[in-house]
Amino acid sequence: MLILTCPNCGLAVEETELSPGGEAHLERFGPTSSDDAFEEYLFLRDNVKGVHFERWRHAYGCGKWFLAARDTATLQVFGTYSAQTKAPPPDILAAIKKGKNT
Amino acid sequence: MRRFSAFAIAREALRNHEGWGRTWAKRPPKARYDVIIVGAGGHGLATAYYLGKNFGITNVAILEKGWLGGGNTGRNTTIIRSNYLQDPSAAIYEKARSLYEGLSQDLNYNVMFSPRGVIMLAQTHHEVRGYKRTAHANSLQGVTTEWIEPKRVKELCPIMNIDGPRYPVLGGLWQARGGTARHDAVAWGYARACTDMGMDILQKCEVTGIARDGGKVTGVQTTQGDIACDKLGVVVAGHSGVLAQMAGFRLPLESVALQALVSEPVKPCMDVVVMANTVHGYMSQSDKGEMVIGGGTDGYNNYTQRGSFHHIEETLRALVETFPMISRLKMLRQWGGIVDVTGDRSPILSKTPVDGMYVNCGWGTGGFKAIPGSGWGMAELIAKGHSPLTEAFGMERFREGRFIDESVAAGVAH
Repeated sequence: MLILTCPNCGLAVEETELSPGGEAHLERFGPTSSDDAFEEYLFLRDNVKGVHFERWRHAYGCGKWFLAARDTATLQVFGTYSAQTKAPPPDILAAIKKGKNT
Repeated sequence: MRRFSAFAIAREALRNHEGWGRTWAKRPPKARYDVIIVGAGGHGLATAYYLGKNFGITNVAILEKGWLGGGNTGRNTTIIRSNYLQDPSAAIYEKARSLYEGLSQDLNYNVMFSPRGVIMLAQTHHEVRGYKRTAHANSLQGVTTEWIEPKRVKELCPIMNIDGPRYPVLGGLWQARGGTARHDAVAWGYARACTDMGMDILQKCEVTGIARDGGKVTGVQTTQGDIACDKLGVVVAGHSGVLAQMAGFRLPLESVALQALVSEPVKPCMDVVVMANTVHGYMSQSDKGEMVIGGGTDGYNNYTQRGSFHHIEETLRALVETFPMISRLKMLRQWGGIVDVTGDRSPILSKTPVDGMYVNCGWGTGGFKAIPGSGWGMAELIAKGHSPLTEAFGMERFREGRFIDESVAAGVAH
């Protein structure tokens, strides 16, 4: 069972309490953007085998969104962080570099 | 290759079965091939087979990083059906189903195709309307299916409880000519036929890079050395995104885990395949007597070939109401496979931004049933550059908004 710590309410919760929300840090494009940008935002994904930055929602808890860094090949979680970020914060990147959880 | 026949069995019976030989040959890689197929699963092997059979292209290698048929080909629940809503889907799945009917004869290898019939249960009024619509679409497409009432469902599958308070059976979409086949035998049969045409099957040969020259593919780097090719077909299901990344482009795919499980073997009690999409579960009985049960996918990206335990719990909890007898069964084995899911839940059979490189992926949770049709279309696409079977499945459809929107949109129950 995947266990993630929600950075909004601080609880470490099992995946049954969470809803996955796909790749994080996507740049959003609307109808006035180019076809390339719109396709990229809506459909194209890195789908990495390795460390994946992804969105989660604490659906059966505080209800808020957050982000997580998780290895899709090992299911190791390197930490969770606020959804109001454009890029992974330094402590998460450091944890990934060290190969240990924050 | 020694042909299998009644005469061959008699001959081998008289000499301790010493003359059967290997099913496929083990040869070192050549320096160059006309076509390299990455992925020796059902779809990759079928692609190679029809390249040879339909287009006479036999200087072909099939590369496999693990063992032949060890990915999703050996991990699915072996269901074959073609009762899809959209025309392009019905065309390719029905082509596959009809090829399955003659596949044992064609390959001279018993794939144990068993057209026992598939019922897709309607357990909500929404599903009743949806399946009636599909039945009408299928009759226009020349795919034989029919809407059946609950009484007929009960006749076809007496172990089912159709009056459940939570999931009552309101009818079903019945495809009498759907069924199951032996999944490993499909891979082994195609492999044997490929090797017989002189193709090389290279196991434990992982592709680590894709060589290009001026936007055109020239070969692959592998754990067994560099191999040159004119054309490259990537047929690797869950790892399609990884291979695309090697070639410098992205695909509209996400890889997730899908699980299945089997019970202890019991006496024959169910001679049809039943799919219950509302509860994300489906079940059939194998020739060994095991109840083969498939569930839903996990919602998050995963390459580990194992899934979440709570999904199995949810699947079984719901199936127990429809099939009360399984509450007394022990479950023997559980496993997972990595399925590559697209935005419209339809596959991608397509040219790519790299000249000479083709992809066949995105079959998601329902690839096994499509193997012969997918191989047929993909072979034509590689040999001729276009195929009527694959035309609608190009990767540019997402950009252009031409989705093949199958209402298996929950991505489950194949």
